[in-house]
Amino acid sequence: MIIIITPDEFKRVSEAAREDGRAPDEIRPLKIEAGILERADGSSYLELGGNKILVAVYGPREAQIKRLQRPDRAVIRCRYNMAPFSVEERKRPGPDRRSVEISKITAEALRPALILEKFPRSVIDVFIEVLEAEGGTRCAGITAASVALADAGMPMKDMVVACAAGKVNGRIVLDLSEEEDKRGEADIPVAILPRNKEITLLQSDGNLTQEEFEEALDLAIKGCLKINKIQKEALKRKYGE
Amino acid sequence: MVNKMDIVPEIIRENIINLINKKERADGRALDEFREIFIETGVIRKAEGSARVKLGNTQLIVGIKPQIGEPFPDTPGTGIIITNSELLPMASPTFEPGPPDERSIELSRVVDRCIRESNMLNLEKLCLVEGSSVWLLFIDLHIIDYDGNLFDAAVLATVAALRDTKLPTAKIEEEEIILDYDNPQPLPLEDTALMCTFAKIGDQMILDPSLDEEEILTARLSIGMRSDGTICAMQKGGEGPLTKEDILKAINITKEKIPQLIEELDKNIPQTR
Repeated sequence: MIIIITPDEFKRVSEAAREDGRAPDEIRPLKIEAGILERADGSSYLELGGNKILVAVYGPREAQIKRLQRPDRAVIRCRYNMAPFSVEERKRPGPDRRSVEISKITAEALRPALILEKFPRSVIDVFIEVLEAEGGTRCAGITAASVALADAGMPMKDMVVACAAGKVNGRIVLDLSEEEDKRGEADIPVAILPRNKEITLLQSDGNLTQEEFEEALDLAIKGCLKINKIQKEALKRKYGE
Repeated sequence: MVNKMDIVPEIIRENIINLINKKERADGRALDEFREIFIETGVIRKAEGSARVKLGNTQLIVGIKPQIGEPFPDTPGTGIIITNSELLPMASPTFEPGPPDERSIELSRVVDRCIRESNMLNLEKLCLVEGSSVWLLFIDLHIIDYDGNLFDAAVLATVAALRDTKLPTAKIEEEEIILDYDNPQPLPLEDTALMCTFAKIGDQMILDPSLDEEEILTARLSIGMRSDGTICAMQKGGEGPLTKEDILKAINITKEKIPQLIEELDKNIPQTR
């Protein structure tokens, strides 16, 4: 059911390999599939290293909650949720503070790509389920959500694609694994609109000089552009050229 | 107000009933035929056991996570299973985010009953130190696509995930529990019980109702059965009544179907002893 794409272009060998053997500017193996759920209006499945993420999109549909409605446009709502079995120690079901924050910034990261003015008074729901987590789930969630939104036929100005860069052992690296995130000095998740490289999500957690930040941001954007190709391939496989 | 039901147009309702009265179904199945079954185990590496099951377009993932905890005071020598299900809002436009509602709780409890009462899992063997330490197994059901008949899909996925589960070997040395992760052991599974769910539509009892059939049923009956044909759990649902004949007919069909379901399961994940 799931087609594996081998991202050969990422397999550049570096003299100073990372713990999992990757070059500093190499992302983990990535595969994306569009349109895999029956009931949802749009859906996608993404694997990035050990991350497994499922996204469903419903809408535009009538906003059941009146105060959510906007007379001139649709609103986008996101729910980022981790399965209890997605992490080493079982996670209690239901939202915690971390997932509420991620839900909020995910909606804001996706918003600039969507043409919401076409659907006044309605709501677009994006449900992100982390089935298995191995570092970088918020970025993977945004990347997958964008594919699911396209699969749902939402009018969009561009895709949204996300990737993190960070500092591990004094070195700027791309797409931190769970281990690297735990031991690393800094982590910067970035989401962009690939066409004009505008940034729709930016967080930073850890200490960096301005030069290091610039290097990390540039690297994250490079990673996003690579991932964007795989996003587009997933949609082409589903819908043809 | 939020509509909790999927609405079936009158013309489809009439069509389904007319077909069933002629012993036919909208999707071409016989009245006692399951939809296509797909089983995959070991889908979540971070879970000690996991399975993804598709029954037609109904799809769920079950993950099993163990913990060591205290037994209940009235059963000091037995392990504990805790079954929880989430009807994710991604699975259906009628499911909403929030704490488990009554449908979700009914599902977890019926699955739990089928596993527990069948004694397929020897909970006494999950006791480490009587009265103080036992294995707690969290069985989490993640419903990702809802197209009717969650019960049978959920029990099938749970049993597949249990068969997939490996616990670290526990040794007791000087009142300390030492867990050996290098020598994982399968669960003490001693039998297999699965479930068949019927919908009463018109005068017929039909197996494995699809979503449309579920929405127009007058009554629902789920039967959990062990491999030897003993009934281990039952649940009647729906607003209409059932006759004794309906129930006996459903039991007879279940007896016929359970060995076929077990065979399907064995093909994908044989039981290790």
